[in-house]
Order: sequence, then structure tokens, then C-alpha cells
Amino acid sequence: MSNLTQDTSQQSAMSFFLTAGCDSLPHALKKSFLAAIWFVFLTFPIMVIRVDTIDKTVVWRWENMAYIALSIFFGSFVWRWLLARKELEKDETKGETKIEALLTVIQTTPTIKFSLLCLIAVIAVVAPLKFTFLGSKLQFFDLYQTNIMVSCLVYVVLGLGLNIVVGLAGLLDLGYVAFYAVGAYAYALSNMHWGLGFWFALPLGAVLGTLLGVLLGFPVLRLRGDYLAIVTLGFGEIIRLVLENWGEVTMGPSGISKIARPGFFGMKMSIIDSTIYMYYIMIGLVIFTIFCVNRLQNSRIGRAWLALREDEIACQAMGIDKMKTKLMAFALGATWAGMAGVVFAAKTTFINPASFTFWESAIILSIVVIGGMGSIRGVIVGAIILILVPEYLRDFAEFRMLLFGAIMVLVMVFRPQGLISAKRKIYKYKASNTASAGNE
Amino acid sequence: MEYFLELLLGGLTRGSIYALIALGYTMVYGIIELINFAHGEIYMIGAFTGLIVAGLLTMLGFPGASILAIALVCAVIWAAAYGYTIEKVAYKPLRGAPRLSPLISAIGMSIFLQNYVMLSQTSDFLPFPELIPEFGFMKGYNSIMSSSELVIVGATILSCIGLTLFIKFTKLGKAMRATAQNRKMAMLVGINVDMVISATFVIGSSLAAVGGVLIASHVGQINYFIGFIAGIKAFTAAVLGGIGSIPGAMLGALVLGMTEAFATGYVSSDYEDVFAFCLLVLILIFRPAGIMGKEKTQKV
Repeated sequence: MSNLTQDTSQQSAMSFFLTAGCDSLPHALKKSFLAAIWFVFLTFPIMVIRVDTIDKTVVWRWENMAYIALSIFFGSFVWRWLLARKELEKDETKGETKIEALLTVIQTTPTIKFSLLCLIAVIAVVAPLKFTFLGSKLQFFDLYQTNIMVSCLVYVVLGLGLNIVVGLAGLLDLGYVAFYAVGAYAYALSNMHWGLGFWFALPLGAVLGTLLGVLLGFPVLRLRGDYLAIVTLGFGEIIRLVLENWGEVTMGPSGISKIARPGFFGMKMSIIDSTIYMYYIMIGLVIFTIFCVNRLQNSRIGRAWLALREDEIACQAMGIDKMKTKLMAFALGATWAGMAGVVFAAKTTFINPASFTFWESAIILSIVVIGGMGSIRGVIVGAIILILVPEYLRDFAEFRMLLFGAIMVLVMVFRPQGLISAKRKIYKYKASNTASAGNE
Repeated sequence: MEYFLELLLGGLTRGSIYALIALGYTMVYGIIELINFAHGEIYMIGAFTGLIVAGLLTMLGFPGASILAIALVCAVIWAAAYGYTIEKVAYKPLRGAPRLSPLISAIGMSIFLQNYVMLSQTSDFLPFPELIPEFGFMKGYNSIMSSSELVIVGATILSCIGLTLFIKFTKLGKAMRATAQNRKMAMLVGINVDMVISATFVIGSSLAAVGGVLIASHVGQINYFIGFIAGIKAFTAAVLGGIGSIPGAMLGALVLGMTEAFATGYVSSDYEDVFAFCLLVLILIFRPAGIMGKEKTQKV
């Protein structure tokens, strides 16, 4: 009997999947068929034909046509199903998904939370080291993996920094990479001319980032959201073009090489040691960033950001200085980009303007968007997925940006809150307290 | 003096191209208040379609002028189809969502389309055949203006006049203006708003495709990245003139083209793009509504 009900429920789920958004199965099939035809037509010149105007040859790639037709035919079922599900969810009260419920349990139970944090900390600390455990030699990360982890952690810091601007304050900044570039060049140039060390450059990069953030933010933050996006995009490009063309100072497109790695009280370190050292610096910086962002988020200014993101006019009516609050978000975001830039320059020991294109901004933005705007955990998970997965799937490296773009669209359409959504803080009062308060 | 004239006409050509792209931005913004980031990519796809069709026809041995005509028509058809599809896939499901969502979706679409063309065609610069014929009567003036520049300017002027007449006098144009003013009210009086929005995307994309093919033939090479810079500059032009206003976009494009031409001619050609971006930043700071735009107060 129970088998039967399960069967029917499975069947109805199946038929819901097949006919979502349509009257009947034939109608759904017809719709998918038409969609497939349309996309075959659409992608025909770009995907199928490749013309070489010099050699006067044409390559026809008919197999692409078949791939498109098949993937659109089946993909359109999924698309309609997801759309229908989104519609259904709109009517129901928003329930938590299983993963979110699990996260809530972890978050609210102190023992699980702390033991998990300790576990992550221990793994993070011992990962790059060689050690002997129960007679066998263990090492989680070799040099290559440590290097990848360092760049991943740089992106975590960048993502968390941009998260302040985009996620918390709701200001779309497409030129975030400009501040990153400023930090990197600040260290590279000061190191080249005056021999300034990493530890002095780190605060210098942060201060320069902040200053530039205030300088740029002051005039442009009066603009509405979408104008701001374009101005910051233009600003990012201006910085890159200046770096490229102002050869006397920035060494132009050839870049600056032989930047000093971070030192540790004047100790001489091999490349392996300094990579591991870099890794620990990054772990420290990430913890510092998480700490700061977390404290900021729950502070008065953090709540003002959230309020400003939700409704500017209501926020101003509550007496929040719009300009000051936005400027603070912009400048703080830039601070972290500046620091990350210094670390980047110290890590690669070579920088040139090609590292600071619009794509870099786009990658950081997709980390924040896909991970979950406004959620610290989401951004960390986003950075790990978006940076580590393409590193290990080298064969698909060229599809990386294609997928990022597609995922950005899909996330916005079907899951605007991102992979791990930011949780609203809810203040709960104990029943007895309120009751006694009522009696007094 | 001749140098000045050359720069002036060069600026006119640049401005014409920006105008063709800027019109798409401004129309879409006027109707759904969205910066269609993928619009520059439509322009690029138009140019690529033109290149593919022209390459095929040249090999089949078609005569010169007919190649240009067929390539233009094909580019327009496919670019319009892309514009229509992008709206249906990336923007329509997001109507009523917070403002940031469609914008991010648009950026994602733009990144996707660039890489789609790069992966399925090539990442190198492709030579574009010279499709626009040399006119006999232009022989004497070649030092100041080539015939392809003349064609570009002429095509832009024709499209602008056509579009203005279309918006002013046809039923669909009237529906567009109504939707731009108030979408809900337009729905109430029986305008099929979805259809109007689709039509806007189709028209904007077609204009961008015309621009794409003509400029590619004029410059002589294309790659997958041309849409990015062209898109930003056209957007600058649209904002300069007052986004949402069609004559504003044309005027803004002209001002931007001239500024760029004179700045690169008299100051430095290294910083060509910097001038455009600086102009954009300055306008947005001092006159966010643009030259012909109306100051809008934000309502609750």
C-alpha cells in the first residue's frame, strides 16, 4: 500500500516535471521541440560555420547543431520545471531547504559549531606541512596545491571585501579590481624604489585603497544603482589604461618583476618555505577579514547598510546619513581590495596591467553573487568553488568564463539569494520575559 | 585646417556608430529601466554574422554590392533573434525583482555571449572583407573622408530618421511611448506590454547589427571583445544625451565622437578610451540627467 502511494507520488512528481507550465505532455513536447528549433536557428551561423577569409575555406560543424538541438530540447523541460517551482514557492511560506536547516543546526548548537571550527582550523594549519603520523608520512597540500590555496584565499578576501559593497550595502561596483590594482602597484613600486617591505606595504595598500575609495565614492555615490555600476566600470578601465600607458612610472604593459616576497624577521627562506609562509599569512588575513566583516555586519553601520539596501527613502526618513553610510561601505570594501592587492603582488612577485582587467572584477562579482550576496559563508564557499574547481579541471579551463556567465544568469533567475543565503537576524524574546514585562 | 576637417569628419563617423548602438540602450532603458549590458555583445554578434555570411557569399562568387546587402540583412535578422531570446531568457523572468537582479543577470549574459563567440569562433582578430564599395564621386575627397565613412554616416542618419518617424507615427511606436511612461497603465488600456518590450529589444538589436557590420567593414577586423568597449562608449553616449531619450542618444553620440576624435587628434592617442570614460564620469557627476533628459524625482 505504502509502495503504491509512493509510486503515485513519484508519478505525479514526474508528470509535474514533464508538463510544468504546459497543459499536457504533447503540448510540453511541442514547446520543447519549438525551443530546440529556435535555438538551432539562433546558433546556426556562430556555432556551425567557421569561415577563414584569408585561406578562403569554410568549416561546417554540423555536429554542434545536433548538440544544441538535444541539449535545448531536454534543457527546456528543466527550465520550465524550475520556473514552475519558483512560482509555487512564491505562494507558499518560504521553508528552509535541507542544507539550510542543517546549517542552522550547526550554527545554533555551540558544541557542534566549535568542534567543526576547530576541525577546519586544524586541517587548515597542518595542511601544507610534512609530518609523520602513526608511522606514515602525510602531507595534504604539496607546493602546487598550497599555491592554489593561496590564490583561492586571496579571492576569499576580495570576495568578502566586495561583499560589503554589493552584498551588504547593495551598491553594484564593477570596478573593484581598480583598488586591487592600486594595492598591488603600491607595494610593487614602493618596493622597487624604496625597498619597502611587505609588512609596511600591507597597511599602506589598505590606506591607499581606502583613500581612493573615498575619493571615487564621494562624487559618484549620489548616483542611482545602475549608473554607479557603469561609472565604477569606467573607473576600473581608466586605472588599467593609465597603468598601461604611463610607462615612466608603472613600467607599462611589461609590468614590474622581482617584487620581494614577505620576510620574517630577516630570515632567508626557500621558495617552498615562503609559499607556506604566504599561506599562513593568508589564513591570518582571511580570519581577520571574517572577524571584521562579521563585527561590521552586526554593528550599527552594518544594520544601516542593510536598511539602505532595502529602501533608501525609508532609510533616510529614519535619520540615516545616506552619503556617509554608502561612502563607508565603499571605502571599507576598497580597503580589503588594497590589502589583497599587496598580497597578490608579494605572492606572484610579478605584476602587469593584464592582471587587472574587467574579467577580474567579473570573477570577484560572480563569487559574491553565486555564493550568496551578504552571506559570509556563502562568499567563502563561492570563492572555493569558483577558484578551486577550475584549477583542478584544467581541461575545461576555457569554458570557465562561459560557465560563470551562464551561472550568474541562472542564479539570478532561479535563486537570487545565491548558494548559501544570508540569514536575517531575528531577535527572539523569551516568553517568560515578555510575560513578566507585561506584569510590571 | 584640413587636419581639423579630417578630425571633424572622423568624429562624425565615430559618433554615428555610437549613435546606432546607443539607440538600443536608450530604448530599452526607456521602457524597462534596465541597462542592457549584453547590448554591446549583440553588436559584436551582428558583426560576426555579417563576416560569416559575407565570407560564404564571397566564396560562392556573388557580386560586391549584393554581398553587403545580404550580409546586412542576415546580421539584422540574427542579431534581432539574439536580442529577442536574451530578453526572454535573462530579463523576463526577473520582472518585478529587485533592481540589482536584472543588472547582474545582464552582466552574466554579456560574459556568456563573449565567451560563446570566442569558443565557437576564435579569440584572434579576424580580417573583415571590405564590403562597402568605393564611390567614383568620392575620389577627390579621399584625404578627408572615405566612402565607407560616408555610408556609415548616411546609414545612421537614415536609421535615426526612420526610428523617429516609427516612434512618432506607428501604432507600435505609440504603444512603446505609452509603456515607457507607465507600464501598468499601458497594460490597463490593452497594450500587450510583453510584445512591446520584445519589439524594443528587436529594434535596438537590429540597429546595433547594422552598426556592427558597417564599422567592421570600415575598420577591417573584428574579434569577440569589440562589443565590450563599444557597448560602454555607446552607453556613455546614451547617458550623455539623457538616457531614455532618442534624440538625446543621437546628440550624445555625436558629442562623444567629436570629443574623442579631437582629444586623440590634439592631445594623445594612447588615452583614447580614458577620455570617453572621464567624460562619462564628469557628466554623471554634474548632470546625471544628461543633456536632453528630464530630472526625475524618486517616488516612494
